[in-house]
Amino acid sequence: MDRLTFATVWLGGCSGCHMSFLDLDEWLVDLADMVEIVYSPIIDRKEYPENVAVCLIEGAVANEDNLEQVKLIRARTRLLISFGDCAVTGNVTAMRNPLRTAEPVLQRAYLDTANLRPRIPQARGIVPPLLDQVLPVHEVVPVDYFLPGCPPPADRIRTLLRDVIAGKGSLLSGENIRFG
Amino acid sequence: MDLADLLEIKEKELRTRKPIRLRCCLAAGCVSSNGQAVKESLDKAVQEAGLADEVEVRQVGCMRLCCEGPLVAVDPAGILYQKVAPEDAASIVAALKGGETQVKRGDLNHPFFTKQMSIVLENSGEIDPERIESYIAADGYQALNDALVEMKPKEVIDAILQSGLRGRGGAGYPTGLKWATVAKMQGSKKYVICNADEGDPGAFMDRSVLESDPHRLLEGMAIAAYAVGADQGFIYVRAEYPLAISRLHTAIKQAKQHGLLGSGVLEAAFTFNVEIRIGAGAFVCGEETALMASIEGERGTPRPRPPFPAERGLYAGPTLINNVETLANVPSIVRKGADWFAGIGTEKSKGTKVFALAGKITNTGLIEVPMGTSLRTIVEEMGAGAPDGNQVKAVQTGGPSGGCLPASQLDTPVDYESLQQLGSIMGSGGMIVMDQTTNMVDVARFFMEFCMDESCGKCTPCRAGTVQLHALLDRILRRQATARDLELLEELCDLVKHTSLCGLGQTAPNPVLSTLRFFRNEYLELLQPEIGAPAAFGTPPKPDVNPTG
Amino acid sequence: MPVKTLTIDGKPVSAVEGQTVLEAAQDAGISIPTLCHLDGVSDVGACRLCLVEVAGVSRLLPACVTKVTEEMEVRTESERLKRYRRMILELLFAERNHVCAVCVSNGRCELQNLAVAQGMDHVRFAYRFPPYEVDITHRMFGMDHNRCVLCSRCVRVCWFIEGAATKNVAGRGADARIITDLSQPWGESETCTSCGKCVQACPTGAKFHKGSTVAEMERDRSRLEYIVTAREKKQWIV
Ligand SMILES: Cc1cc2nc3c(=O)[nH]c(=O)nc-3n(C[C@H](O)[C@H](O)[C@H](O)COP(=O)(O)O)c2cc1C
Ligand code: SF4
Ligand code: SF4
Ligand code: FES
Repeated sequence: MDRLTFATVWLGGCSGCHMSFLDLDEWLVDLADMVEIVYSPIIDRKEYPENVAVCLIEGAVANEDNLEQVKLIRARTRLLISFGDCAVTGNVTAMRNPLRTAEPVLQRAYLDTANLRPRIPQARGIVPPLLDQVLPVHEVVPVDYFLPGCPPPADRIRTLLRDVIAGKGSLLSGENIRFG
Repeated sequence: MDLADLLEIKEKELRTRKPIRLRCCLAAGCVSSNGQAVKESLDKAVQEAGLADEVEVRQVGCMRLCCEGPLVAVDPAGILYQKVAPEDAASIVAALKGGETQVKRGDLNHPFFTKQMSIVLENSGEIDPERIESYIAADGYQALNDALVEMKPKEVIDAILQSGLRGRGGAGYPTGLKWATVAKMQGSKKYVICNADEGDPGAFMDRSVLESDPHRLLEGMAIAAYAVGADQGFIYVRAEYPLAISRLHTAIKQAKQHGLLGSGVLEAAFTFNVEIRIGAGAFVCGEETALMASIEGERGTPRPRPPFPAERGLYAGPTLINNVETLANVPSIVRKGADWFAGIGTEKSKGTKVFALAGKITNTGLIEVPMGTSLRTIVEEMGAGAPDGNQVKAVQTGGPSGGCLPASQLDTPVDYESLQQLGSIMGSGGMIVMDQTTNMVDVARFFMEFCMDESCGKCTPCRAGTVQLHALLDRILRRQATARDLELLEELCDLVKHTSLCGLGQTAPNPVLSTLRFFRNEYLELLQPEIGAPAAFGTPPKPDVNPTG
Repeated sequence: MPVKTLTIDGKPVSAVEGQTVLEAAQDAGISIPTLCHLDGVSDVGACRLCLVEVAGVSRLLPACVTKVTEEMEVRTESERLKRYRRMILELLFAERNHVCAVCVSNGRCELQNLAVAQGMDHVRFAYRFPPYEVDITHRMFGMDHNRCVLCSRCVRVCWFIEGAATKNVAGRGADARIITDLSQPWGESETCTSCGKCVQACPTGAKFHKGSTVAEMERDRSRLEYIVTAREKKQWIV
């Protein structure tokens, strides 16, 4: 049987969701039988390919690079899954939103608290500018399924992936959709 | 004070009336366009012309055509002067004696005037609202006397029932039924409340009644109190209506002095006192349970009904709460009979309705028309259509709780049921005309913003839902929304309408729903395409049903 | 005491006259989601989560304030009710800043539990991200407005159980907020008796014991029940 093309993406998040993904331990071997990982922070590929069947997307849309990425990913992916609370709700990544703009965050991080050469990094094309407001993925593009949790426990990830790969869609319910 | 005294006052008032009267509108509209100065200069001009014995310069209430104010009418010549300036006084007075004046004359034969029928406004623009004698001369307080002397409370209620009068505050609940419920309730202390909060943007019918004919309201309240067995009344009026408040104060004082309020009214065993309560201008305080909380000194938020005010209202007593216009109909019904009233209007909507005509329309002002009059008559004939050759596109009734009817529905008669069927409501009587330059999505956003700002914040669907509805409309208008957002907008309208605690939330989606119904294209034109998934390839198929989505 | 018989979700139930549909359902072991309801204080019917369908009534009725009537047919579950409940929860989550991952009540929060129970796996409305303060001026307690759902439970326990009348609601619509006395820092309140009932009453992490960190905030509702029972039934629970 042809393996499904599968991707995982890491946007504005702490990579905890990916850590949880790695916690799938030996099931990852089973997964590798079912899918071909075509793009992920854990493999070496520079560009998000076309025709991806399933993509787990970790993190919120926090900067201009994320914004472009997520649109590209949507256009190239059949089933997009918001992976973890930052992708689903904005979560910790979005805690700066009540400040309304990115400026106070940069000010605090790079000027107020800097000991050495305080300056806000600016390098077009290298350091993507922050968006004023951090957005959950589905506020930018349509998302097919949601996998909440900070991070989602490995079991929860497995349950969802199994069903999705089997063509059943997401059947998560009960404790499996708890935020936090 | 008894009937004989009333008649004597009336007789004296008519006897001493001067042969020529200049009626100057001093309701808020004309006052704001300098009407007070016009009256004063007319007074002076009459003095200077030595006509003081012959000519009375009388302050009156609203003469309807507010857009042409200050208005001055001349009796018995039957002339209406418009946009009168204080400098015009001398020439107007000179014209009384055959002189010439260049002051603009209104056409009293215009449908704006001829298609009106005055019950509630019968004295408005005629009598001096600050003189009780003026009201008594127009047969004022005779209905109260009829009720107290000749009718049992039950007979009064029956008359109101038979007349078919329905609440003019918005919902159209049969007034007689409400009275009967309160009358039936046990309880030593009952209350009558007049709802004069009038918070709809663009509405000023109730204000006009209060400013033009305050005694009519007091009389209506007293009759209601007699019918239901109450001895205490409150008028809840917004602080933005200072002139109305001052005229009400004057009227209450005069009525007390004349034994028409207080104990032993008209020498009958009937006591009734009225107090004014001033609201701070929150729209939600017009909702009856919030209004009562506000009178009690609590935060003005609605509470679930039942219990209805009739069962458990102000200070936990049985309470009758009616709108200004509802109560202002009562004296006429008692005086002229239920059958007379029931003969006016349509099968289910009796009597007349006052509308505040505003927006993109040539003649703006106050109109009172029989129920069942078509919107076309009102807008095209009476209002003379949109100004500057523009086309009427839609008519909005019911304010933030109502809807927008397209020009194609102009033949709709104004009655409770017809308007409701089309997704609007009669409301309290604001009528805003829009022309082709109006964007209907923008109109929906405007009203949603109003509801969002005025939501009391108690219940979730209204407090948080109106914010999201407004955000969605805003997104659509900024051309950032997709079909997904429109779907969400409709789903949210459904939620807010069906789950909110009070009428504010329950009706807040109406302007959106009615513009979606009649002007859906204007929404669709603003939508952007969605970034979608690529065309299907390989497995897995996307399931048809998304169990959690 | 006169008894009323009714059906809830088809199940015959008998209830005492004057009981609410919510009480009757609870007695019959049928759960209806609630948020602003708190045993022991008067109901306000504000959150709208407990809405149920009653045969012959076109409006939905809040179970917490609707009294049982003879032969009433109540439905607590329908596609429509589920849809509404879920959407009300979405509105609540979008309204303020509920970051479950870093909340003292994570795992013990009524709002979070409701989302789980109603199958709310994401919020379709745009999060509002309002800027709200945290008041930690009180010696023992804190108030994080970011997590408040305006259920007014704290206000009602403060007024009607403690009798201190310290807590109140100020502002209108989306600006409505819980205040202390005449909107002053909690620590400066002269009426607050530091009884902590409001903290016990709060369904979310909005009111908390100072010093609790993520997921540590435990509440002991039996402390409220203790007082209410003592007052209403003149019994002391031991
Ligand atoms: C948000 C809201 C605002 C209202 N405002 C008014 C008002 O300004 N004047 C009024 O008479 N009724 C108003 N009402 C209707 C009253 O609750 C009540 O139905 C009415 O005063 C009853 O009088 P009626 O039977 O004579 O119409 C309002 C209702 C709601 C829900
Ligand atoms: S519907 Fe709006 S105004 Fe009415 S109680 Fe709810 S929040 Fe308050
Ligand atoms: S602080 Fe807690 S108890 Fe008080 S209104 Fe907010 S959520 Fe409810
Ligand atoms: S529990 Fe009934 S409305 Fe909140």
